[in-house]
Amino acid sequence: MALITTTKGEMEESLLEKKEGVVDNDNEYTTWVEYWHEGELVHRSAHVTLKKSIVTNLEAASFN
Amino acid sequence: MANTQSMCTSFLGELMTGTHNFGTAPVRATGAADTFKAALYLSSATVNASTTAYSAVDEVSGAGYSAGGVTVTNATPPSSTNASATAGTGYWTPSGSIVYTSVTLATAFDAVLIYNSTQSDKAVSVHTFGSQTITAGNFTLTMPANTTADALLRLSTT
Repeated sequence: MALITTTKGEMEESLLEKKEGVVDNDNEYTTWVEYWHEGELVHRSAHVTLKKSIVTNLEAASFN
Repeated sequence: MANTQSMCTSFLGELMTGTHNFGTAPVRATGAADTFKAALYLSSATVNASTTAYSAVDEVSGAGYSAGGVTVTNATPPSSTNASATAGTGYWTPSGSIVYTSVTLATAFDAVLIYNSTQSDKAVSVHTFGSQTITAGNFTLTMPANTTADALLRLSTT
């Protein structure tokens, strides 16, 4: 079985309740996973993929 | 043939490498790329376009996280691509994901500041995302594609 790093040390995944979620919007695509043990959150990881880059527009001045 | 008023696209990429100096430039020990870092900020913080340098004020804290954040992987230099007689883009994206490994960040955070740790921690950019907390886990920021349309930082003329 897979071992999960938790606030209580390494624990077998089968002993934990797993919750997962996704956020998908114009700015980001995010996934997260939580593991709970006896009602306590013992692990949470998140993975954010940035979609929206920062653009700065530059201009050369005109003489006419 | 005709001349066209424009900012030269090569200049856009060269701005990102400090090739041009219109003022007083910092003294550089080498011509190597600077070291850039990524620090996380609490949702209650105020980092934005007015931010001039990294500060520990309102930075996240917790087990496994070192103040100042982590070093950004930078194996790919800035590029510039010309699109027309008037338009082009200079662009840069970190060459790897930004990863905070085995951390516990209990207070919600929603922004990362990219800054230049070689040049007195001067600020580069702020990127926001949905508020997160991490518990004995990893926080990973995956970069967009390094293209004229999607790169993390783009200087553009139209």
